[in-house]
Amino acid sequence: MNALVPPLLNGTAQGALLLLAALGLSLTFGQMGVINMAHGEFLMIGAFTAYLVQQVIDSSDLSIPVALPVAFVVAGLLGLLLEVSIIRWMYRRPLDTLLVTIGVSLILQQAALQTFPAQGVPVKQPGWLDGQLTILGYSWPLRQSFTIVLAAACVAILSAWLKYTSFGRRIRATVQNRDLAETAGISTRTVDRLTFFVGSGLAGVAGVAASLIGGTNSQMGAQYIIPAFLVVAAGGIGQLKGTVIAAWAVGVALSCFAYWTTGSLAQVLALILVIVFLQVRPQGLFTVRTRSLA
Amino acid sequence: MTKLKPRLSLIGIGVFAVLLLVVAPLVLTDHWLSNLGKYCCWAIAAVGIGLAWGRGGMLVMGQGVFFALGAYSMAMHLTLETAGAGVPGFMVLYDPLAPLPAFWEPFRSAAFTLLAIVLLPVIVAGLLGYALFKRRVKGAYFAILSQALAVALATLISSTIRETGGDTGLSDFKYFFGFVLEDPANRVMVYLIAAALLVVCLLVVWQLYRSRFGELLVATRDAEERVRFLGYDPATVKLVAFVLAALMASIGGAMFVPIVGIITPAEIGAAASILMIAGVAFGGRASLFGPALGAMAVGWGQSSLGSAWPEGWTYIVGLLFIVVILFLPKGLSSLLPRFTAARRSPGEQPAAGTAAPELEAVQS
Repeated sequence: MNALVPPLLNGTAQGALLLLAALGLSLTFGQMGVINMAHGEFLMIGAFTAYLVQQVIDSSDLSIPVALPVAFVVAGLLGLLLEVSIIRWMYRRPLDTLLVTIGVSLILQQAALQTFPAQGVPVKQPGWLDGQLTILGYSWPLRQSFTIVLAAACVAILSAWLKYTSFGRRIRATVQNRDLAETAGISTRTVDRLTFFVGSGLAGVAGVAASLIGGTNSQMGAQYIIPAFLVVAAGGIGQLKGTVIAAWAVGVALSCFAYWTTGSLAQVLALILVIVFLQVRPQGLFTVRTRSLA
Repeated sequence: MTKLKPRLSLIGIGVFAVLLLVVAPLVLTDHWLSNLGKYCCWAIAAVGIGLAWGRGGMLVMGQGVFFALGAYSMAMHLTLETAGAGVPGFMVLYDPLAPLPAFWEPFRSAAFTLLAIVLLPVIVAGLLGYALFKRRVKGAYFAILSQALAVALATLISSTIRETGGDTGLSDFKYFFGFVLEDPANRVMVYLIAAALLVVCLLVVWQLYRSRFGELLVATRDAEERVRFLGYDPATVKLVAFVLAALMASIGGAMFVPIVGIITPAEIGAAASILMIAGVAFGGRASLFGPALGAMAVGWGQSSLGSAWPEGWTYIVGLLFIVVILFLPKGLSSLLPRFTAARRSPGEQPAAGTAAPELEAVQS
């Protein structure tokens, strides 16, 4: 029993990080149908923002809480820029959006590689995350639980925002029936832009969390984008609860496989798991019922 | 004009074949001929991508997987041929008494290797495609899953350094099915095989595009539901195109190994797979020559600019994706008919890259 505790706990933390990366995607892909391959690079920008904020605010106790909203705004504005300049021309060509944003992600990666040292930059962990939690005899780094708390907070805020605010209502209306929403007087263009801003901003928040756990370098976004997409696909489109469960399942699966075998084999096994799962439920865990074919 | 077009394309393939097989070996130096051979290998894979993506609408972002199946099959055979009866040098490096892994053993046989290069991608793509297409996994899901597969395979190869050479890959091949690879004459022969295979692949897709299958494939891409309601199974149509594309990628990979002399996970991973897509998009995904010529152009850029000015090359590839997809979704090949059509007759519709000429023939 106790042997299961470390992979379960670390898997939950890994799942929480995946969830943070996937939340924004589930918003832009799930709600708008836009496949943004530069999402991982927005995450990277969030991580570099955390580093830059630390250069300004010396105390790392304070800099991380400050970095969270700053990263949200920086990544969100970049996402907005991407939507306004490129993606809005491509809503009818979803697969081509994927390729265009690959181009954007290549450029952002290279720009980061040339701006920051190639080996990456260190992001200091705040003092209040130094400790360890002892759970069932296993001492667990506190920073792992920070990711979980952050992810839970983001999910709570996002779902409340979608459910109770008028912007949230407009987004849901646009997702369910774009034409009818427009007829009802909703500016779907504004809704698209706002959704993209929030989705990209969430990637920035994920980046701050990722900078505390792994290295902060130009390649970090590429690591997260594929697993995050698999999480969104397995969770099902248009519903946050599917994304949450899928992220946790993939995180724990990755952690358990890595515990029993090696890290790289774990990735392969997790991928096979997702493919098999999509065989059973091609629409993902939860889905909005529609009458469309396929 | 529509009747003439396939025949014109056939003449085009003929001219292309003469250029590759006769003119190039006479004109080019050994160094450039071997480079051209490398571009031919990428072009072979690109022809398959053009079939699956351009005509079939399946964005195959993980062709590196099938490229790897061919390349590593070939590389394992050539490594064993070089090692003779013993164990390959890199394995002894980590453990002097290392036994040969069981999956290496059959690759001693040349016949098995050739069979593996053909059958492995067919089996893998067949199983994967059957599983995905029957469950109607498509669009972005398919693209991401295929890309994930390439990432996973590259990671797997990188981490199994004792069995596959890891990140350093397999290299230092001395023989190619009994021929000494250092001999310039044999290198020309290897180039000619690759170029000839490219011409064969072009002929195969030329025939496919004017067949009923080609029409069905384009119909599946444009209106899958309608094809289903007409009584065809879109999954089977897509499966055939996907398996053929995988086979071509594998053949390209297999020829890549003796020409370039090394295969590493970097040549098959996500970045390499995306670069293959870049060439196809650049040349014109649905046209006959576009994928091959685009892949050769990108291949040339990759090996000349990519090594001389790596930072700039990444920006160029990124911009290429943005500019071509945004403004020129049918690639460079769409510029040519637009140009000639504007000159010839103002009333005639330009033969657009994605609209199959065969469909127009049926309508008229």
